[in-house]
Amino acid sequence: MKKVSMNIDGKTVEAQEGATILETAEAMGIHIPHLCYNEQLKVYGGCRLCMVEITKNGKKRLVASCAYPVEEGLVVETSSEKVKKIRRMIIELIWPVAQDLGREYGVTASRFRAANTDCSLCGICVRYCAEVKGSHIAYFKGRGIDREIALVPGMGKECLYCRECFNFCKGSKILQEMDRVYA
Amino acid sequence: MKKLTSVKDLEIVGRECASEQLKKPKTITVCSETGCLTCGSSKLADAFESEIERQGLSGTVSLRRSACLGFCERGPVSIILPQKICYLQARPEDVPEIVQKTLGGNEIVERLVYKDTQTGVRLACVDDIPFYKHQMRLLLANNAVIDAANIADYFAIGGYSALGKVLAGIGKDEVIEMIKGSKLRGRGGGGFPVGIKWQTTKDAPGEPKYVIVNGDEGDPGAFMDRSFLEGNPHGVLEGLIIGGYAIGANEGFFYIRQEYPVALENVQLAIEQARKCGLLGKDILGSGFDFDVKIHRGAGAFVSGESSALMNAIEGNVGEPRPKYIHTSEKGIWDKPSCLNNVETWANVPLIINNGVEWFKGIGTEASTGTKVFSLVGKVNNTGLVEVPMGIPLREIIFSIGGGVPKGKKFKAVQTGGPSGGVLPESLLDLPVDFDELKKAGSMMGSGGMIVMDEDTCMVDTARYYIEFLAHESCGKCIPCREGLRQMLNILNDITSGRGKEGDIELLEELSETLQEASLCALGQSAPNPVMSTIRHFRDEYEAHIREKRCPARVCKELITYEIDEEKCKGCGLCMKNCPAGAVEQIDKKQFKINQTKCIKCGACFTACPEKFSAVVKKSGKPQEQAVAA
Repeated sequence: MKKVSMNIDGKTVEAQEGATILETAEAMGIHIPHLCYNEQLKVYGGCRLCMVEITKNGKKRLVASCAYPVEEGLVVETSSEKVKKIRRMIIELIWPVAQDLGREYGVTASRFRAANTDCSLCGICVRYCAEVKGSHIAYFKGRGIDREIALVPGMGKECLYCRECFNFCKGSKILQEMDRVYA
Repeated sequence: MKKLTSVKDLEIVGRECASEQLKKPKTITVCSETGCLTCGSSKLADAFESEIERQGLSGTVSLRRSACLGFCERGPVSIILPQKICYLQARPEDVPEIVQKTLGGNEIVERLVYKDTQTGVRLACVDDIPFYKHQMRLLLANNAVIDAANIADYFAIGGYSALGKVLAGIGKDEVIEMIKGSKLRGRGGGGFPVGIKWQTTKDAPGEPKYVIVNGDEGDPGAFMDRSFLEGNPHGVLEGLIIGGYAIGANEGFFYIRQEYPVALENVQLAIEQARKCGLLGKDILGSGFDFDVKIHRGAGAFVSGESSALMNAIEGNVGEPRPKYIHTSEKGIWDKPSCLNNVETWANVPLIINNGVEWFKGIGTEASTGTKVFSLVGKVNNTGLVEVPMGIPLREIIFSIGGGVPKGKKFKAVQTGGPSGGVLPESLLDLPVDFDELKKAGSMMGSGGMIVMDEDTCMVDTARYYIEFLAHESCGKCIPCREGLRQMLNILNDITSGRGKEGDIELLEELSETLQEASLCALGQSAPNPVMSTIRHFRDEYEAHIREKRCPARVCKELITYEIDEEKCKGCGLCMKNCPAGAVEQIDKKQFKINQTKCIKCGACFTACPEKFSAVVKKSGKPQEQAVAA
């Protein structure tokens, strides 16, 4: 495997070509917050908490580190002021599930009206069900602000034996859905 | 139509079709596109057909149900060729007179031709009508001579000759160099240089490669792509085949939304005709180049117009964007290099090949070449489909072509670029229509929707409308877009219903910044534009809603008051009869009053009050007593 030389938070690193910034940073012991990333699943890029600031050809821009492949000469800042500002706003937007992270980023309350769910729609349950289990029982219903997690009715038995997606759920959406659908 | 096996064949058939048309010296063209169809153009065309037969003119006059003629406001539009006499809003009962006088003879039916609103002069020739005179119709030039269902019409105007030229000897690289040289930029909104995209796809490793037409037009008020697909599908198809040849793709897709049934039908027909003529399939015109296309029907999601979402949809997945740090031109459908361009972009390709790079570059501005088609709608006299050279000032489109704002109202703003675009106020009317200039002013070119707004439009409500649209049309995958739009909508709902508070504008700005910086795809990144641009140009209106609890344009229900002017009221009682809430009370014989606690602000009294009295008045601000109580 080819290696590329790059810089993350002032440290030079020889990264595996084909790896993402997030994977490389984690391997270096640099923690980047994330919700929807899971090493067993395909890149999703939905939570945007893992956004980092990169400098390329002298230009700075924000990218999702879980999806951005490492490049020769890339300079990455994982917690620049701009990055922190974005993360703080995202924390406020999903306040019910991000309170722990909020403490880390100095957010003590959200300025927004709370949504009546503690599901951040990270979709790990849906993707795990499809990509790892090949079951396609959990799915996204609706789009935009009406998007939610749902379970295909009538598949209760299979779920009863599996329930593996529960382990990933940071909220309680999938549990509530189970209760509702399979009661 | 027989199968064409060489470029020579194509030239012959073109000449044959052209001379075939000349056999009948006169043609009556009736616009048969959506706008005119709803105004009864189908019945009008039927009437012409039977009347021409009845008056025995079948040998000299042909009837054509044509592509969009543009002047939708005054539809159905019919044009008589070769004299170019334009009749507006003709009814079937006018047909015998038209056939007798204009088709049988050379007289003009005066009452059906355009009357200049200022001078009162009647203008019969299409080219004299201001709506057409100030346009530069290149892409739409042939609409009057094309019936979408008939490939012969397209052959007759030299259709597919650009493809012929390319296959007869212009090399693949040369075609791409031509497109690059022409500086053609993507007409879907982003304005990315088309030649560079083609080159990237061509050079990207991986086989097969794909070329795709993006016909997922979804902006409110926009119908340019629809008109192309419905009216002149061969023009788009020809561009696509040329693109496929240059890029090295043997397969193409038309992505068309299900809500455009006529477009789907006409494109399907065009594909079948082209296939029969040997313009699609194996060994096109004996060149050894194989190419075929499929239609993919969009399932009704606005976000599917985004490139990666569209490609996901073609693969059979949900139309949701994915992070594309590797461009779709390198890894698109099934991770293969895929070149996606908007309908209008593809339609420009044959023009460039036929007329040359220098000609194309001569139109428009330095950085934005060629023409742009806009659907001009809203509070403007001449709504319709217009084509103008890039760089033309907005004022000219709205006032010279569009004829200004109806009913003597004052112009307030123009919205360009759909939900991803922004509003531009009167002070920016001299701004040239150019990708970069519009972006600098906080809007964008977009795909070409142009909505004119007058003084009765509330800019906060406008922003709220677009954010509501986007909140439901976002895919909901990424948090900034989904949750950000949810909260923006909450705040805008608050402001427009009188619950706005200090700090709301700043919070909207902060949210906008997050959406722009952090959203996954272009939908989220550009979603704050309607809010940002209205705040930028109409901040005082936001402040009036928040601080003074009034809507200056008198639109937001919670922030207006209906009252009856005692002096003007003649006591007819129509307001009371029409009030559904029983809010109008009679005080004495000739006096009526609106009970503000019962009033639901439906405006029925306002509409019912005879214009000569105009006693019911709509005021900006909450009712006095409620304002005091609050």
